[in-house]
Amino acid sequence: MTGPVRTLLLWCPDWPTNAVAAEHGLTSDTPIALIDRGEVFACSVTARADGVRRGLRVREAQSPRCTDLVALPYDPVLDHRAFEPVIAAVEQIVPGVQLSRPGTCVMRARGPSRYYGGEQQAAEALLDTLAGLGVRAQVGIADGPFAAGQAAKLRSSSPADAIRIVPAGRSPEFLAPFPVELLDRPDLATLLRRLGIATLGNFAALEPMQVRDRFGPDGVLAHRLASGFDPSDVDARVPPADHSSVLEFEPALDRVDQIAFAFRTAAEEFVARLQSSSLVATAIRIEVSTESGESRSRTWLHPRWFTAGDVLDRVRWQVQGAGLAESGLNSAISKLRVEPESVDPAGSHEAGLYGGATDEHIHSGLSRVQSMVGHTGVLTARISGGRQPSSRRVLVPWGDLPPGGEASVRASRELPWPGRLPGPPPATVFPERQRVAVAAAGGREVVVDDRGELSDVPVQFTPPGRKPGPVAAWAGPWPVTERWWESGGTRLNRFQFVDDAGGAWLLVLDDSGWWAEARYD
Amino acid sequence: MSLSVASARGFADAPVASAASQVAELQDRIRGMQRTRIDSHGLPTSPGVAELLPGGVLRAGAAYSVQESTSLALALLAGPSAAGHWCGVVGLPALGVEAAAAAGVDLDRLVLVPQPGEQWLQVTAALADVVTVVLARPPASLSAAEVARLASRLRQRGSTLVALGDWPQSEATLRVSDDRWMGLGDGHGYLAARRVTVSVTGRTLTGKPRRKQLWLPDSEQAIRPAGLAGVPVALPDRRREAAVS
Repeated sequence: MTGPVRTLLLWCPDWPTNAVAAEHGLTSDTPIALIDRGEVFACSVTARADGVRRGLRVREAQSPRCTDLVALPYDPVLDHRAFEPVIAAVEQIVPGVQLSRPGTCVMRARGPSRYYGGEQQAAEALLDTLAGLGVRAQVGIADGPFAAGQAAKLRSSSPADAIRIVPAGRSPEFLAPFPVELLDRPDLATLLRRLGIATLGNFAALEPMQVRDRFGPDGVLAHRLASGFDPSDVDARVPPADHSSVLEFEPALDRVDQIAFAFRTAAEEFVARLQSSSLVATAIRIEVSTESGESRSRTWLHPRWFTAGDVLDRVRWQVQGAGLAESGLNSAISKLRVEPESVDPAGSHEAGLYGGATDEHIHSGLSRVQSMVGHTGVLTARISGGRQPSSRRVLVPWGDLPPGGEASVRASRELPWPGRLPGPPPATVFPERQRVAVAAAGGREVVVDDRGELSDVPVQFTPPGRKPGPVAAWAGPWPVTERWWESGGTRLNRFQFVDDAGGAWLLVLDDSGWWAEARYD
Repeated sequence: MSLSVASARGFADAPVASAASQVAELQDRIRGMQRTRIDSHGLPTSPGVAELLPGGVLRAGAAYSVQESTSLALALLAGPSAAGHWCGVVGLPALGVEAAAAAGVDLDRLVLVPQPGEQWLQVTAALADVVTVVLARPPASLSAAEVARLASRLRQRGSTLVALGDWPQSEATLRVSDDRWMGLGDGHGYLAARRVTVSVTGRTLTGKPRRKQLWLPDSEQAIRPAGLAGVPVALPDRRREAAVS
């Protein structure tokens, strides 16, 4: 049996929080905590100094320990995306890199140490490369990834000792003083502690056969790790083909038509490059960087797949900020990057011999309309759940998914929603409700008191933009109280009115008076 | 399609039909023969609506004008949509999507452009290229030349325009007169059903406007022709009312 592989492990401390800080433009000394399922998943150095630990609840982390904590949701995709340039840089100088998780990668030490003339020199070369990217990292070299990981994660007091090398064959002695918790098997660690075995060295001293009888196959693996005989090898990844397209503007451009014109060729190349790999993009991600160092990115979906013209349209919409509050850029654009976010084999999107799929011409026609009125100008409709007609209507830009996905809209629609109005739905639902007036016999305004009683019988109704007229029929009040526990809640009474011309209205009465919500026209 | 229906009915009913309607049927036949395109055809329509329209069909490539009533316009869209055609809506930010679905419009094949802005004509024409029926509210400032351009585009593409408002040279103008709601009383009940009289005037309809009674919708939320007076109206039952209040 061969011994453990000589391994080099590269570890970037606090990778998740650093990646988030870079994405959101926060400084490195901001206390950040990333929250996954209600618990702290990772925290930055300053947050840790205040006592924030992994596994704490958000409230526990905030109130007694660190009041100015910036709590953000943990996004594994962002983590991976941010690490991609790092691992690409490593692959430039050392082939055969395995990505353990974002922030940690493993490679065999033999090749690079021979090439660079020693393990120390190889590690230094790696750290120099990463320093060029502005990334701080630590390196451990030992027999097997487990020992190398422990070596890399030793606390370093200065950048000078960011490299720890455990000489070949000395890994068992190196690992011996570490606590058993490092095996990352909480149940086993608790049990070993109760058996009086506190360190890896003590655990390694047990007979392998006894360990197998007592702890099973997983115990045997843990025992081998503790003994410095890590059986795992480096499983180098195949670097994915880079299909992204980057264009830098020098000098920076600030006009949409200039940018779109400049990007035309790049967009065509982008699509052609995908096509040469027999792929089509069904979602792309556009990142716009400005002169002042800001960058904004957004993902665009396509109902079919992106052609060069579609890519160009998305670039234009994003730069224009069509209906997007967060894309407001306030300086000239210096860099544009487009990358495919999801790709499909081109074969599954092939147009048929006699024209393509039935709805193909619809897609191209609507894309044309979209290029006239903007991405958010062409909408498709869904019916969601709710008590008011306006909240049951969900409008989604053509090609996008509704917020939360189709399934959540459907689930919301199928909930019971007690208190919603029966009868035919109104054909006109005003985007903004319209002011109306409802008066009693003496001309006084009709109101509803705290007990839900109507003050008078309504006899006069003024539809929006018309003269007052008598009420032909009416019913109500039907109270709705939604989300009364928070400030944005609604508390209103609904009425149905028929005016003297036969027009039917859905009215609401709230603290600010009478409003027309919808019309049955 | 329309031709055969019209002619069959024209001959079968010939002895009893009045002179005016016979003239109308014959004019329909002449128009059918004079048509320049071979595939100029009628779109499928729901039964309640078919009675209203001249020739009994929504003609592809034609424009119809509906005054005031969004529900009636949606009812015109329902037939083609149910038959698998796409529909587009331009310039109606207040469209009640639920009402469209209740009228029988398939939301999977409905596209909305609520704010075409200055480009009403371009957007409507581009949409007419790809969808079968376009429901649009024409802006007031539309010149005769622009109307003619859109009309020829519609004829060429074989798509139908349902204009919510006035439209010159429309095939027919549908207007809801006499609007009666059932189910809502004096402080009780709820809007349950609506019976309207639709009066239709059109280029091919001679004489007095055609008048038809229509449930828009009935208490089952279906749009159907209202028969003679005296059809029982289902009033809201107490239980559903109690759930509301």
